[in-house]
Amino acid sequence: MNSVFCYIDRPSPIHDLTGATKLTCLLLWSFAAMMTYDTRFLAFLPVFSFLLFAFSKIRLKDVSFMIGFTMVFMILNNLLIFLFSPQHGVSLYGTCHELFSLGGRYVVTLEQLFYHLNLVLKYLSTIPIVLLFICTTNPSEFAASLNRIGVKYTVAYSVSLALRYIPDIQREYHEISQAQQARGIEMSKKETLFKRLKSASAILIPLILSSMDRIETISNAMQLRGFGKNKKRTWYMGRPFRTADILSIIVCALLLATAVFLNIRNGSRFWNPFS
Amino acid sequence: MKKSPVTTIVAIGIGAALFFVLGRFVAIPSPVPNTNISTQYGLLAFMAALFGPVAGILIGLIGHALIDFSYGWGIWWSWVIASAVFGGLVGFLCGKLKLDDGEFGTKGIISFNIFQVIGHIIAWGVIAPVLDILMYAEPANKVFLQGLVGGIANIVTTAIIGTILCYAYAASRPKKGSLSKEA
Repeated sequence: MNSVFCYIDRPSPIHDLTGATKLTCLLLWSFAAMMTYDTRFLAFLPVFSFLLFAFSKIRLKDVSFMIGFTMVFMILNNLLIFLFSPQHGVSLYGTCHELFSLGGRYVVTLEQLFYHLNLVLKYLSTIPIVLLFICTTNPSEFAASLNRIGVKYTVAYSVSLALRYIPDIQREYHEISQAQQARGIEMSKKETLFKRLKSASAILIPLILSSMDRIETISNAMQLRGFGKNKKRTWYMGRPFRTADILSIIVCALLLATAVFLNIRNGSRFWNPFS
Repeated sequence: MKKSPVTTIVAIGIGAALFFVLGRFVAIPSPVPNTNISTQYGLLAFMAALFGPVAGILIGLIGHALIDFSYGWGIWWSWVIASAVFGGLVGFLCGKLKLDDGEFGTKGIISFNIFQVIGHIIAWGVIAPVLDILMYAEPANKVFLQGLVGGIANIVTTAIIGTILCYAYAASRPKKGSLSKEA
């Protein structure tokens, strides 16, 4: 599980916060970053999150793979937006400062570049904080924190089951896939698309039918132990709140409040330097 | 057969784990470069048809959110919600399919596929792009095209993988009324 979600157990002030705190902060933070397109605010968030990163003792090389992946995604998304709607910025900001033309309708405008800058800042203000959450929150504590912030414990338990069984199912998938490949199924580019889908099914059927048995075994075991009888349950990994937890939640709530305030003051989600 | 709530909870957990593994590691290379065909929607449709709309919504929600988390780009809420809506719709519409009784004949195949196409059209043709515009202020023609391409690919994979899964599962169950009392 740690290999997929890259939880890094390295004592730091951020690790000490409870999972529920970090989850609440993550939600508040990402809503704040999502709501507003105020460039000043979006420029502040990455700086703040890099500071937090330094605090957490997570090194850049621990997360370099994920960062690389996300950067590719970000660049592709920006290119796609420009390709499909080169004048999107003009329609958002209502003015048009042409810079140069790339031929046809692809005229680069200041507004469009500014819109892309906002998009990039948006990525930069959410990615570090998500990585921080993933790297510093023990997956086992995650379910307990979901329950703490008000998710029903049965649903929180589903999440916990999912996290628990991902490595098992992954292993089983590899075993079945290798057994089927030894029997000659082909999933690479050499086959036609339809054949590839059919060979995927040859792996998925045994995997899913055995998972159905697994569901029955686990739910029998849980029922025998009286799961779901009471309205509440306690969590082994649950921890009480401390001062640092409450402080971090207040800071993140203030960030969200700032975003709302800026949206109201700017009159829209966009901060417009052109008018 | 009425399923106990505990079974549904476990099915959501295991279903989300399967959704995650399929979405993250079972990538079938497609003819378009850098685009993989996602097999997980076939699984989601099957699980939703078997365990109902609540399971469908939560498997889509949890599974997709975990995939987004593991890539580290944060949760792309609009598409996560679209996955959940698809699971919920298929679970709701397919309530009458009796996979547990071993029934999945021509009629079942046709109605399953009609329902999954409706689910995908609503999820990727309406929910995902509209939320993209509302939440992320992206240009309309880009998000609708993305939704269209994704939706069509998902319809095809669900039609093949979902149908095969339902068929295989139904075949593995004893038929209702297959035992008769000897005179």
